Amino acid sequence: MNVWIAIGVTAVGCYAVKLAGLLVPAGVLEKPLVKRLAALLPVALLAALTAQQTFADGQDLVLDARAAGLAAAAVALVLRAPFLLVVAAAVVVTAGGRALGG
Amino acid sequence: MGLSGFAFGVTSAGSGLTLLQTCALSLLVFTGASQFALVGALAAGGNPFTAAAGAFFLGVRNAFYGLRLSQLLALPRGLRPMAAQWVIDETTAVTLAQPTRRSARIGFTVTGATLYGLWNLTTLLGALGARALGDTDTWGLDAAGPAVFLALLAPMLTTSTERVVAALAVLLGLGLLPVLPAGVPVLAAALAAPAVLYLAGRRTRGARGSDESPGERVDDTATAHDVRGRVRGGAGEEDR
Repeated sequence: MNVWIAIGVTAVGCYAVKLAGLLVPAGVLEKPLVKRLAALLPVALLAALTAQQTFADGQDLVLDARAAGLAAAAVALVLRAPFLLVVAAAVVVTAGGRALGG
Repeated sequence: MGLSGFAFGVTSAGSGLTLLQTCALSLLVFTGASQFALVGALAAGGNPFTAAAGAFFLGVRNAFYGLRLSQLLALPRGLRPMAAQWVIDETTAVTLAQPTRRSARIGFTVTGATLYGLWNLTTLLGALGARALGDTDTWGLDAAGPAVFLALLAPMLTTSTERVVAALAVLLGLGLLPVLPAGVPVLAAALAAPAVLYLAGRRTRGARGSDESPGERVDDTATAHDVRGRVRGGAGEEDR
């Protein structure tokens, strides 16, 4: 049930902000400070999510095969690999690490 | 994006969501980063509202895409509720690249319809695939989520401001993890954005206030002119 509540709230919220962008007059969101904040918010959220989903096990911080997988993804990004290859690199290296007992 | 729907389907199923829940997310939410964030937060044991809040804040950028698109597409009001679901990173990129309103409308519609179809189909295939795989962690599939976030984040780190925000957010997100309930540390880490923006603004003002050299004052005047010019330009645009 909790999962459905989360899905419902997210669906309504995400749809509402999409629609708001199409409906509100241009001036409201065009303030430089608002635009800067809107550009930086995803940076903060994505950085925190990347770190947590790599190093968190419940409420504990751990260093396991996922860290090696993320490092592989970072290397793929530096080499300008396409999106799917970046994800594949992380998955393959993580699985390899676990298979070796990481 | 069509292909990463597969990664989402696998991740979502691996996080313990049912096939129906996974497909409902792709059909109803249709913005990748938010969906990955939501299933990650739920898997970590977050309560539904903190999990949804993180996903929502990631989706806020779509409002700014919509703003640009509504000027370009000039859709009738009645059509906007239908077009809204397709306002995402990819459709915006395609639409902004079009030279005329007609081609912008075609680009938006074709990209939106294609990606919506692909994203939902690949989500279904990914969720079914995860079921066939059994324990998705053995296959390293729990690393797909963070890799997707990193791939989305990397192109955003263009200046030192973005890098400082990202670094501070990582510290907050990991540092608060052991002490706050699941899902809350991510929201706290989001505060890195306004915090860095505030500090950067203070530093700029401080530097201007302390420097009394004539050259700097000329620069200040130029800046003031620029700002007034921009304000006038902005107002002019609204008039049109």
